[in-house]
Amino acid sequence: MATVELKSSQFRREREAGWRELERLIERIDKDGPGRMTPEELCRLPVLYRSALSSQSVAHAISLDRSLLTYLDALAARAYLAVYAEQSNALHRVARFFSRSFPQAVGALRWHILVAFGALLLGVLTGLALTLAEADWFYAFVSDDLAQGRSPAASTQALREAIYGQPPVHEMLTSFASFLFTHNAGIGLMSFGLGIALGVPTILLMFINGLMLGAFVALYVDRGLGIDFLAWLSVHGTTELLAIALCGGAGLSLATAVVFPGRHGRLASLAERGRQAAVVVLGAVVLFFCAALLEGFARQLVVDATGRLLIGWATLVGILVYLVTRARARSP
Amino acid sequence: MIATRPNEAPSDPRRFRDLTTPEGVVVRVPLASLSERFTAFLVDLALVLGAITVLGLLLALSMLGPGQSELAIAATLLCSFLIRAFYFAYFESAWRGATPGKRVVRLRVVSRSGGPLRPDAILARNLVREVEIFLPLTLVLVIPSEDQGGLIALAALVWVGVLVLLPIFNRDRLRLGDIIAGTCVITLPKPVLLEDVARATPDATAAAPDGIHFTDRQLAIYGTYELQVLEELLRDRRPSADGARRAVAERIQRKIGYATPDGTIPDPQAFLDAFYRAQRTRLETGLAFGKRKSDKHDRAE
Repeated sequence: MATVELKSSQFRREREAGWRELERLIERIDKDGPGRMTPEELCRLPVLYRSALSSQSVAHAISLDRSLLTYLDALAARAYLAVYAEQSNALHRVARFFSRSFPQAVGALRWHILVAFGALLLGVLTGLALTLAEADWFYAFVSDDLAQGRSPAASTQALREAIYGQPPVHEMLTSFASFLFTHNAGIGLMSFGLGIALGVPTILLMFINGLMLGAFVALYVDRGLGIDFLAWLSVHGTTELLAIALCGGAGLSLATAVVFPGRHGRLASLAERGRQAAVVVLGAVVLFFCAALLEGFARQLVVDATGRLLIGWATLVGILVYLVTRARARSP
Repeated sequence: MIATRPNEAPSDPRRFRDLTTPEGVVVRVPLASLSERFTAFLVDLALVLGAITVLGLLLALSMLGPGQSELAIAATLLCSFLIRAFYFAYFESAWRGATPGKRVVRLRVVSRSGGPLRPDAILARNLVREVEIFLPLTLVLVIPSEDQGGLIALAALVWVGVLVLLPIFNRDRLRLGDIIAGTCVITLPKPVLLEDVARATPDATAAAPDGIHFTDRQLAIYGTYELQVLEELLRDRRPSADGARRAVAERIQRKIGYATPDGTIPDPQAFLDAFYRAQRTRLETGLAFGKRKSDKHDRAE
């Protein structure tokens, strides 16, 4: 009896060399990266990987040697990670992001984005109406550090100065502009991440930001500076509000996945929508960055209302045209 | 597909997750433990903070001219945001699912659904990190200077607390970013192939008298679980295991009613080797016929 070799021992003896070879290949890929491998080695990898997977399956069916089973599990997992690693050129990836992924993700989420924008608009209108009716509402909607002296108590002259005043050149990219970038990008990321709480915080964030904006508009309209403020705001505001709406839409998409998970269950649908929404949010962060640049430079260089309006709305139309045409473009 | 998996070793505290590869094969990987992930995060955090500090100092030194301090502050703010937000995403895509911290602790980010880890998943799990950790921390640090700041700071603390504890409350130790991105973090398994106990010691089998035989009824008592516990014991080469082997040999002999014709008690090592081989042969033969006896309580046969 002792002379008869076990079926599972024989199985192991016949295949062990291949496993060892795969083990060495994986070790090298992990250490040096796939770029340093020879073509022959790279051709061996998938072959050995598939035979290791098959060994693993067979071993679980015929062998009770636990050390063999754990070894094959580990080997198959390592080989799987080595074989299925996304490898693509960084530049190529960036190009694909802007030409395909981002516009298509925005297109897929258009209804969510519209709802988020609706909440923002509702906030603006509410803030506008309330502050026009009673100026003290301004203090409720706008915090002091954001107002920076612009409040119902300020003189019309001071308010006009805030819009048309030209700071020295070195203050163009002031810390305020980059504070706004981090602040806004932060709000964008918040409204995305908080979407998981059934979307309530997202809608609230949209609405509150709308309220602030509405209060500012009311303040300037009240002093007869409505158009001037609109022009001042348009330079970067159109891009920025679009980006905020995109983030809000991404957050609401997560909420949809939680509330209506569909056939595949909550986690799976959240994962699918989350990846799509993240693409939208990254695009929005880029837009926030553009908005900060517009705010830092364009707004200080162009000081008449018409020019400002033109820049702001032309930018918005440009971005929308880009999004719509690229979203409709058939993938090759 | 594999119908049933053998039991994990009784002494192995790790949790596992099954990934289905695109070929349709189930691969079992060990999940990263919370302490490993925390260590990796601390390493990464130290690197990020270090990079931001160095960059800030460099910028401040290079812009000492009049009126340039504002610019330096602005650039530092911007860079700190960019480094914070994209450090993790960059390394996870360039280093195949591992940041420097994760590499130190041998962790990997993998896709839960089994395909390759896609760039949008990396984005999703790392953009959410900003919301999970960095924003609330800023709130805690910044807001208390204002009126009613305490309340907001408290809310932010609760928020961070809930999110930090989230991985404890789910089976796969997912944080919010993992849930949204469809990823999970695993420990890189180290494939170690030990010798086959059933044919490891030719000299031992040669030395042992070939007189240890078992009847079919004696082998019908134990199942896979006991077999694998015995395997672990046979692999244990420490001197302290000798006593255990003797005790186990006696226990098995009593349980299966083993007795040599001349009444002598066989050497424990030889007895256990022979018993392991015989038991494994029988159970594997059963396996070939589709009979899996998981442990001694299993009455499947």
